[in-house]
Amino acid sequence: MGDLLHENLSWRLVGIFSFWAAVMMVIVLVFVTYAIYFERKVIGWMQARKGPNRVGPLGLLQTVADVLKLLIKEDTIPKKADRPFFILAPVIVFVPSFAVIATIPFAENLYHASLNVGMLYYAALSSISTIGIVLGGWASNNKYALLGGMRSAAQMISYEIPLVISVVGVIMMTGTLNLHTIASAQAGGFWHWNFLPQIVGFIVFIIAAVSELNRTPFDLPEAESELVAGYHVEYSGFRFAFFMLAEYVYVFAIASLATVLFLGGWDAPLPFLNFIPGIVWFILKFASFVFFLFWIRATFPRIRIDQLMGLGWKVLLPLALINIVITAVYMEIAK
Amino acid sequence: MVRTEELLLNVGPQHPSTHGVFRVVVKLDGEVITEATPVMGYLHRGTEKLAEDLTYTQIIPYTDRMDYVSAMTNNYVLVNAVEKLMQIEIPERAQFLRLIVMELQRIASHMVWWGTYLLDIGAMSPFLFAFRDREQIINLFNELSGARLTYNYMRVGGVKWDAPDGWIDKVRRFVSYMKEKLEEYHALVSGNEIFLSRIKGVGKYSAQDAIDFGLSGANLRCTGVKRDLRKDEPYCIYDRFEFDVPVGTNGDCYDRYMVRLEEMRQSLRILEQAVEQFPEGGEIMGKVSRVIRPPAGEIYAAIESPRGEIGCYIVSNGKDKPYRLKFRRPSFVNLQILPKLLVGETMTNLVTILGSIDIVVGEVDC
Repeated sequence: MGDLLHENLSWRLVGIFSFWAAVMMVIVLVFVTYAIYFERKVIGWMQARKGPNRVGPLGLLQTVADVLKLLIKEDTIPKKADRPFFILAPVIVFVPSFAVIATIPFAENLYHASLNVGMLYYAALSSISTIGIVLGGWASNNKYALLGGMRSAAQMISYEIPLVISVVGVIMMTGTLNLHTIASAQAGGFWHWNFLPQIVGFIVFIIAAVSELNRTPFDLPEAESELVAGYHVEYSGFRFAFFMLAEYVYVFAIASLATVLFLGGWDAPLPFLNFIPGIVWFILKFASFVFFLFWIRATFPRIRIDQLMGLGWKVLLPLALINIVITAVYMEIAK
Repeated sequence: MVRTEELLLNVGPQHPSTHGVFRVVVKLDGEVITEATPVMGYLHRGTEKLAEDLTYTQIIPYTDRMDYVSAMTNNYVLVNAVEKLMQIEIPERAQFLRLIVMELQRIASHMVWWGTYLLDIGAMSPFLFAFRDREQIINLFNELSGARLTYNYMRVGGVKWDAPDGWIDKVRRFVSYMKEKLEEYHALVSGNEIFLSRIKGVGKYSAQDAIDFGLSGANLRCTGVKRDLRKDEPYCIYDRFEFDVPVGTNGDCYDRYMVRLEEMRQSLRILEQAVEQFPEGGEIMGKVSRVIRPPAGEIYAAIESPRGEIGCYIVSNGKDKPYRLKFRRPSFVNLQILPKLLVGETMTNLVTILGSIDIVVGEVDC
């Protein structure tokens, strides 16, 4: 499919591209549907509950029913809300979340675009979503939403930086921003994967990623016990569904990114296991990461906003910077 | 030039962390609280006024509904005051049953607090663990009185129902089960770094402040003041049992947390002894006339509820209904320190501090 990019743009190409984009969107939507189901089941079992088990066999249709319910709900916009921005905000949150998936390679030959600035593209686009959240919080004309939106802005800016800097070590080792190349450079068994030499970067990446996703213990923008629901307190129906959808699509994106950057992408952990297709390994690693995210949600309390800032700027950022220095020194010596 | 403004935020009465219909109006400078005004009374039912038209036995169900998380101790505070006024002898078996249900209730109440407090701080699982274990106590009470929350179990002169066969064994099994679970609670939560950083040093006050505001229960003991009515002014048969009164040192949320968890362990200790000494057979009601008519006079009798000193003040003019009845509700009194604690704290700490005071709105508003 990569060759098609060099041909002249024709209606045939537009059709092909649109078709694959639609396929990807369906895959992501199915993932989101069952990620929510999986999360509720996993957390249910951890909390001595059963989780959803009423709608469909084993509760498999629970999320479908929830989404349908959200879609047929009345679309309410508060009278004093800033109408255009209120409508725009969920879209701004939602669109980048899908756009970032374009650069992620799922297997050797399974990817949408092999951009040379893939990592940069991801970081740049994903930070656009923050604008949507702040906008939603502001446009709602609700004090809780405003506080949630402000928190979110502060948090995402503080954690975007360590997130990107923690990846710099990986980029230095492979010498490229291209996600496909980064993944293929780790081929040949788990001792070649980046999480071993870049263990500090990996840990910083995980913490910053959880924070980027606004998940426990960093779910301050929507801290239920303090801010009721945070920035989306005034949203209902499908606009609310868009916020939720974007959140889970980002879970998909971050888990994929972690797999590609640190866990060897589609590479088998031991070389003799290579007969199993790469996509299976990708899905396994990806699913473990997603499980990890759900697991910590069931375990941790929420961190406080000032502590969150302290952790981001005083701990994670210096750690990520030190990681870069160590990587550079090591590379110079090893050369 | 940027113009800044204070934000007036109305927290409650429908807010997930105000534990019922309690409301705080806060002035926020950014996220820092500059002024906090608690507003209460949304659940006021006029229990004290209603009691003036009810016979003493009829008032007992009303006490269930004051502190609905700890109905057994509330039952006791009323019947205890009436019994003292009438100087009634309580049979041994009834005394033991009362003590056992009150201590079970203390554990159940602290478990509700523990679960909801962790929920306030943002951890979901402890809440479900606490309610899973509390369910066992509820089932024990259900077997005893037929109700799960508002038991209406005690009567002037004794208790309404005797323990069914094997009930005491079930309590014994629960005590050993709960001991394990308490260790699990500690392992799961008490050492968590995020949790500790959220509650250590937050909502601090001195022993003098606590006494000045009339605080009682864990809110007082967390400052190091060793006052527990079960020890200091023993009622029921508490003087026969061995237990410690846990105290804190700093008077912050962390100390209140630790004091309450330790109280659960001490309650288990009392229960262990009580179950061993539980008398075989015997009456469960003392000799009380069918119509309860205390002699004219006044009495104030207080006990240690899970939330602190709950007292009942009765003015009787010799009729079968009280002339005036007044409850000293610990939740209400403990809440008075809240505005002082909140100034200068963030929105997040509002929830942490309010939760650590452990109020039940039914009791605050009465």
